Amino acid sequence: MNYEDFDGHEINFCGKLARKTIVTGHYGSGKTEFSVSLAAMLAKSRSVSLIDLDIVNPYFRSRERRRLLEDMGISVYGSVYTNEITAELPALGASARTPLEDENTYVIIDLGGNDAGAMPINQFSKYFSARGTNGARDTMTLMIVNANRPDTHTSAKVLEHIDSIEQATGLTVSALVNNTHMLHETTVNDIEKGHALCLDVCEKTGKWLLCDCYPAGVVDPRKLRKLGAVPKPGETARPLNDLTQKNVITSGLMPMGMYMSPSWRSI
Amino acid sequence: MSTTYQESPSRVLMKGNEAFAESAIRGGCRYYFGYPITPQNEIPEYMSRELPKNGGHFIQAESEISAINMAYGAGAAGGRVFISSSSPGIALMQEGMSFACCAEVPMVILTVCRCGPGIGGIQPGQADYFQATRGGGNGDYKIPVFAPSSIQEGSDLVFEAMELADKWRNPIIIFTDGLLGQMMEPVTLPEHIDVASSKDIRKSKAWALTGYGADDSSRNTITSLRLQPEVLEKHVHHLFDKYTEIEKTLTRAETIGIEDCDVVLVAYGIVARITKEAIEMLARDGIKAGLIRPISLWPFPHSVFDKISNKAKAVISTELSMGQMIEDVRLAVANRLPVRLLSRTGGMIPTSLEIAERTKKILATM
Repeated sequence: MNYEDFDGHEINFCGKLARKTIVTGHYGSGKTEFSVSLAAMLAKSRSVSLIDLDIVNPYFRSRERRRLLEDMGISVYGSVYTNEITAELPALGASARTPLEDENTYVIIDLGGNDAGAMPINQFSKYFSARGTNGARDTMTLMIVNANRPDTHTSAKVLEHIDSIEQATGLTVSALVNNTHMLHETTVNDIEKGHALCLDVCEKTGKWLLCDCYPAGVVDPRKLRKLGAVPKPGETARPLNDLTQKNVITSGLMPMGMYMSPSWRSI
Repeated sequence: MSTTYQESPSRVLMKGNEAFAESAIRGGCRYYFGYPITPQNEIPEYMSRELPKNGGHFIQAESEISAINMAYGAGAAGGRVFISSSSPGIALMQEGMSFACCAEVPMVILTVCRCGPGIGGIQPGQADYFQATRGGGNGDYKIPVFAPSSIQEGSDLVFEAMELADKWRNPIIIFTDGLLGQMMEPVTLPEHIDVASSKDIRKSKAWALTGYGADDSSRNTITSLRLQPEVLEKHVHHLFDKYTEIEKTLTRAETIGIEDCDVVLVAYGIVARITKEAIEMLARDGIKAGLIRPISLWPFPHSVFDKISNKAKAVISTELSMGQMIEDVRLAVANRLPVRLLSRTGGMIPTSLEIAERTKKILATM
């Protein structure tokens, strides 16, 4: 996926994102794919660091793509055994704190799945507050939702997951990300289904929907315009809504690069 | 928006391990015994959460040796048993598999193969081909082994194996690898089957150990011990008559273009997926490559190899091991054509481009 080719429908995250974005979600919801895609997008215009806190999953972690990320100018922090992808030791390097203390970099924190996987964030809790000292948005916790995953296909199940992750981490999920897909089989219908599910959860919780993701090269983003705030060609992206307002839908479209997919395609 | 999300989805996105566990439950598994090992840990986790909701029982054993022997007991009592492990854990279970074969106790065993030898690593491998098809248990026994190459096929095979194990009164192995276990794909899950209640087990399994009865009339015996040589010989012949029938009915393979090709690639499991893409690449370069994908590793689909084109220059066994399936390939080819190995090991996975390029190099030497 070459983001330069994206024809102006790209979500305008500017101002919407906090300096620190914590990415949570169910196992296999697409946290890592979203984190890597978001980092790739942000790295085009600013300094970005990615902290991989997934110490429960042995495969498909963002630090496995370290070289690709570093080529894009993204600094990657994670396990002290970063190059030993098979070591599977639940250990984090002290350097993981570096980007949290450096106010000049955006930080994306990729957590492990479910409440158990999210737990390692607790040791960094002193770094997270909703507003920084200057009043600017400091930390935002996202919950990635794939309505095609059996454990998050109803609002009740999504609510249950939000609750368990919030309890395990002490964080408050502020926004949802609709990442409903079927990999190479994804259709517009999948994304619309997830959008409806997320809106329902937003209505029940007062959380907001940050964006709808679509697999780049699989779904044509122009067919997703009816989801809401997708700018027409020639228009600029819709400006940031007031985040203090409840139930504000600021939906935009986020292309996902499928960075974590196997090198061979689905046959 | 008219789309509703409340409906129970028929097609879902699942990790291989989750889908295999769910399909076992839908195929009637009510007993799971396991011990954690990467890369199959999602299975015991899933079973501990989901089996009780379906009227089943999950026990975390203190070792794989305990797990297989618990499976032996539950299977002997007529329960539908599914267990899983990965390479070193399967090694520990092999004595139990020999016992279950001799005693004709059904169970389904899923291996999510990692790389070895020894503790090895946790990345995908296929170096347990011998372990699955030859087995490390003692004595003359055979276990049907199915190797899916997608999560859908794995899910369907686990479901079917629950029935086959009962039908043949024999363990069935589903052979997957860390990649299939850990990756996600869309999958359509099978419908739940009805499972016999404890009271009704004797109706479908007259041999099961379900108690003495009031007058000791319903006592069954299940044993793998036969001390008299003539009795044991007769029993082993009975087992092998059964294995002969299994060879006739459970041999399975997928083939692509082997009747008209320059070279045949033989690959199973996840490697067959990569190989299919390599074959398309070779076709673009004017090389006709065919594929034989054994779905049953035992019984091995020997007769399929008779259909290979006479103009083929070589048969290449493509595997994530130093060459294990290649022994079956050589037996099947029976010296008609040169047989070569294309392998990666240690958890390394070849790309489709690598398979295509190495195939060209092999052809250049022919």
